[in-house]
Amino acid sequence: MNIVVCAKQVVDVGEIKVNPSTNKPVLEGIPKKISDIDKNAVEEAIRIKEKLGGKITVMTVGPPDAKDKMKELLAMGADEAVLIPRPQGADYHIVSKLLSKGIKKLGDVDLVLCGEASIDMFSGQVGPRIAGFLDWPQLTYSFKVEAEAGKVKACRNMGDRMVVTEASCPAVLTVTKEINEPRLPSLMQILGSARKPIHDWTVSELGMDGETARVLERDLRGVKMERKNIVFKDDLDEAVAQLAERLAKEGLLG
Amino acid sequence: MPRDWPKRAFWGDIMVVVYSDLKRNGFELLSKARELADKRGNKVCAVVIGKDAGTQAQEYIQRGADMVIVTGSSMEHFNAEDVSDILEVVVKEERPEIVLIASTKDGKELAPRLASKLDAGCISDANKIYVDGDSILAERVVYSGNGIAVEQFGSFPGIITVPGKAFDPLPIDPGRTGEVVNRDIVLKQQRSSIVDVQKMVSEGVNVEEAEKIVSCGRGFKKSDDLKLIEELARVMNGNTLGCSRPIAADLKWLSEDHWVGLSGHKVKPKLYIACGISGQIQHVAGMRDSGIIVAINKDADAPIFNSADYGIVGDLYQVIPKLIEAIRQKM
Repeated sequence: MNIVVCAKQVVDVGEIKVNPSTNKPVLEGIPKKISDIDKNAVEEAIRIKEKLGGKITVMTVGPPDAKDKMKELLAMGADEAVLIPRPQGADYHIVSKLLSKGIKKLGDVDLVLCGEASIDMFSGQVGPRIAGFLDWPQLTYSFKVEAEAGKVKACRNMGDRMVVTEASCPAVLTVTKEINEPRLPSLMQILGSARKPIHDWTVSELGMDGETARVLERDLRGVKMERKNIVFKDDLDEAVAQLAERLAKEGLLG
Repeated sequence: MPRDWPKRAFWGDIMVVVYSDLKRNGFELLSKARELADKRGNKVCAVVIGKDAGTQAQEYIQRGADMVIVTGSSMEHFNAEDVSDILEVVVKEERPEIVLIASTKDGKELAPRLASKLDAGCISDANKIYVDGDSILAERVVYSGNGIAVEQFGSFPGIITVPGKAFDPLPIDPGRTGEVVNRDIVLKQQRSSIVDVQKMVSEGVNVEEAEKIVSCGRGFKKSDDLKLIEELARVMNGNTLGCSRPIAADLKWLSEDHWVGLSGHKVKPKLYIACGISGQIQHVAGMRDSGIIVAINKDADAPIFNSADYGIVGDLYQVIPKLIEAIRQKM
């Protein structure tokens, strides 16, 4: 079973600060990583490959420095990777279409796996958009997946209900964080990943030159969280008494 | 700009098309749709699908729709592939400027699929939508609550998904009239099939409405220990328990209706007490709008203290019983 996993390099949102003079989130100089849930998608792909064989290709739309992070996914067990440059101002329309065309170019793909959403923007658009472009079935929010030759079945968390859906391949799956625990690669695997190829594909060769974004970002405002940050420690009796006193003063008891 | 779409506006007199899998969210969308359409002097069209579509159509008209397209699909359960096919037909015929879809999980998998079929833009989870000259602007929370992006469509139609309670529904107007149009839309052959649907375990808790929430995380060693926060919640006259992702999703000590966070529930109580929660950004994103935030954690470096008004560094197994006693004396 040949699997494509779409993975995104994101800024570590836990490290973002808001610049008080511009009131904008500072995004430069923040550590980057592969979006957490995309690693769950890679892990699930590896488990399917272990059962059914095949090849795993990681596909990313992103900047050149994403290659370093993509190597982590190769070390986990993906076979090869494809990096497609992200055009300036690209929206979900452009990114998903680049990935869809990449999947077509790769050919002979049985499953596409994505995280339910990336942890920076959390829109969850890419998986269903790829399924729509390719007119493939989509099995979103999957927390348990059973794949067999030519077929896939998933238990899906749809909020108030659990839905079990099955489809013939090719199909697109999006997975939640609960589906598995992504493996940590061994030193040997990390060293071995250096030999695995990361192909550079261009926007032109995917026929997407001049494609215009459908959504434009007008502004990005920072949201400051202003909290009192009063911390009591050491003497717990004193700490608890202080806290209860404060809560009473805030009018929160009663 | 896609070739076959006009640069601005729509061809007919329908400005907004509304679809929601849940009626309650549908009413909220209609209220916003009404406001946008009135600004342009145009109409609101809602789409209802399924067996009870006829009665729902009347309710939608009383809540602000001018026209309701009813399609009695044979679809037994919501299926994003079928619904996106139906909406694709409607949008291509009516050519609205905007399509509003409820940001339920169904809506969140439907909207981008529909968007790709229409080559359209889609803005997810917008909690503000307004007209600005020729443009429609939408705002949404990004970077786990650290930013608000203001976005604009570069082409039409534009699809927007809207979370629950972002807008208040209009009151029922029994005298309001509108047109109900029955449409037979032939569905393509199903691509995936639903083999089972089960209700998620729910304890009937509504954390989104709660005024006081006592919340638990991985600092608790076993499910039985949650009695501690039950007791704490009880003495504060706030009976609502919340939790972080692992408690609901991995350990399943509490049902998912307790789950506070980016992919759980967004809460804004007057008081939020986080016990044994480290304060990962995804959790904070779900509770950052709370009035007063209290953190109890044995790790002085836990990020939860950065998001808290008051904190106690200490073992929750010691702190909570003492806090229960202290609060009991104040009540």
